[in-house]
Amino acid sequence: MAEGPGPAPTPPPVFPVAAPPGLPRSAPPRLLQSAAFRIALLFMGTFSAAAWLLVAVLWWATAGALDRQTIATIRADAAALAERHREEGLHGMIEAIEERLALDAAAETLYLLLDDEGIKLAGNLERWPTAIGEEGLWFRTRFDQGGVISEARVHRHDLPGLRLLVGRDESERVQLRLLLTEGVAWSLGGMFLFALLGANIVRRSLQNRMRPAVVTALGIAGGDLSRRVPLSDHGDEFDRLASTMNDMLDRIAALMAGVRSVSDAIAHDLRTPIARARGKLEESLATARTEEDWRAAVEQGIQDLDNISRVFQALLRIAEAEAGARRAAFAPMDLPEVLRDAAEFYEVMAEARDQRLETALPEHLVMVGDRDLLLQAVANLLDNAIKFTPPGGVVRLAARQDDGGIEVAVSDTGPGLPPEEMARATDRFFRADASRNTPGSGLGLSLVRAVAQLHGGEVLLEDARPGGAPPGLRVSLRLSDSLG
Amino acid sequence: MRILLVEDDVEVARFVKKGLQEAGHTVEQAGNGRDGLFLAASEAFDLLVLDRMLPGGVDGVRIVETLRQQDNRTPVLFLSALSGVDERVRGLKAGGDDYLVKPFAFAELLARCEALGRRPSSEAPVTRLKVADLELDLLSRTVTRAGRKIDVQPREFRLLEHLMRHAGQVVTRTMLLEKVWDYHFDPQTNVIDVHVSRLRQKLDRGFDKPLIHTVRNAGYMIRAEG
Repeated sequence: MAEGPGPAPTPPPVFPVAAPPGLPRSAPPRLLQSAAFRIALLFMGTFSAAAWLLVAVLWWATAGALDRQTIATIRADAAALAERHREEGLHGMIEAIEERLALDAAAETLYLLLDDEGIKLAGNLERWPTAIGEEGLWFRTRFDQGGVISEARVHRHDLPGLRLLVGRDESERVQLRLLLTEGVAWSLGGMFLFALLGANIVRRSLQNRMRPAVVTALGIAGGDLSRRVPLSDHGDEFDRLASTMNDMLDRIAALMAGVRSVSDAIAHDLRTPIARARGKLEESLATARTEEDWRAAVEQGIQDLDNISRVFQALLRIAEAEAGARRAAFAPMDLPEVLRDAAEFYEVMAEARDQRLETALPEHLVMVGDRDLLLQAVANLLDNAIKFTPPGGVVRLAARQDDGGIEVAVSDTGPGLPPEEMARATDRFFRADASRNTPGSGLGLSLVRAVAQLHGGEVLLEDARPGGAPPGLRVSLRLSDSLG
Repeated sequence: MRILLVEDDVEVARFVKKGLQEAGHTVEQAGNGRDGLFLAASEAFDLLVLDRMLPGGVDGVRIVETLRQQDNRTPVLFLSALSGVDERVRGLKAGGDDYLVKPFAFAELLARCEALGRRPSSEAPVTRLKVADLELDLLSRTVTRAGRKIDVQPREFRLLEHLMRHAGQVVTRTMLLEKVWDYHFDPQTNVIDVHVSRLRQKLDRGFDKPLIHTVRNAGYMIRAEG
């Protein structure tokens, strides 16, 4: 019965996606959640600290210099007055003070001379400032000068029976401080604005640079594995991240292709032997008459099934090797030891067929690889060579290391392969025309090729004795010795 | 032997159980990991045959790990559809003693069960193996038959040692490949047969009673009577 013309049920999505694809732009992250903003803030903090340091240095250099200059002047002045007192007595000193005050048009100087009882003898200060105690020689004090409160540096100079104060107005210093404070306030404000602006610009540009990767990742999460992150021509960290991501995606795609090729191979190449086995069983069902016939049919069926699972196993191993899934099993090993073992294993077979198995192996050759797979690859090659070499022939297993890497070669004195068959020999299920009647699955060399590729190498087929008759066959695995 | 079989596939469990019973063993069966673990922990068995992947949250590896933690040393044979070498290594690391990949021939399973179940109980190292008039000295690594020395190569010695340690039991080709050569792949051809027949020639030359016997559809067995 065909289905009615009703609406077809919508098929479920192949890759259910938890959240609909959205871009970060659609919901801007809160400022503090943005890494870019935090980076900008960090920069702002650093710059503020640097600015404060600069201001401190500036203050020390300018205000400090002014201060030192004032102190020097005051000291010289006081010394000069004391000198005058020594030479000309009290009157000379009072005179000198009054001269100086008369000359000081800008009213920058301060003098006060008191006698023992605290009575003012000369000067422009009315009384002893309260801030100045009995101890210490240098003071900083505020005083009222014609209604203007000003700051001054004052030096106390005691003479016998007299107390002298010499001071200088420091309003310049005050102005400088005001100036600097104002400047710092403005520049800090400006800096804060620029930092905010910069933070936003950095954030936006980071988001822009990351958007392609995010879009690609979302696309892949949505099931489209063919997406790749577009690279800009900056060649910066983001491009490196993007190309790393692309490499990763290529690897995943290769793994998936490996899986897919196994399923293809299973579909195509296991159906045939299954069909054959099924056919044979059906035929027996129709024709078997005796107990003997039945038994033979069942045994044949079991044998066919075993062969099918053998092919299946070989396909799985090839796929594993091709996909590189077995890299985990890589370990350092001494290659000649493994090869000698294999040679010893197959030597009896060669002898049984009246052949000679020769080896040319170095004493030691340490490489990193998968022992089981390499062993199986070499076993396949030896098995082939022994199978196709006529009695009296020689099979030779050799290994050596040169600049190009490690070479493992099996050569024989068999009939060899015509060039057009050599090219196809490593294809899956390839059987040379001449070998149709020899047992084998046609997967041996495919595995050898997959193993070679897993070890960063390749398989080469060539005549063992070019121009000779028969030419023989030489199959070599060229492996990379620089696999970590 | 008293064997516990933990296998969730009804059909596989049925024919394995039947086969083992026909070979003279007592078989208890559990269909999931939890029942299997309960049985294995509460009763005494000579051998456990465990599927690696089991329903019920407790898989074969977990069963073995739990038993080994409780100092239960019952030999374990894993049956598994996971064929990778890494999977085999994982199973053995967890405490399994042998690993057999599905699909398997029943003869293979039986041979491995018997090899595991009848392991020498005494821990004292054996220094001499003897089958009929054939003697193997593990210390001097010499082989003599009826007092006459037979020259064998090191690998042949190991092959013979393995057969003699399992004298009277079937040893399959795959078992020899794994235990004697440590090869875990299918050599496709009958190399093992060639090795065995060479060894057989050396042992039987000049004697009328063969010692190594071929068991049809299974493997080889060394025993006194032909």
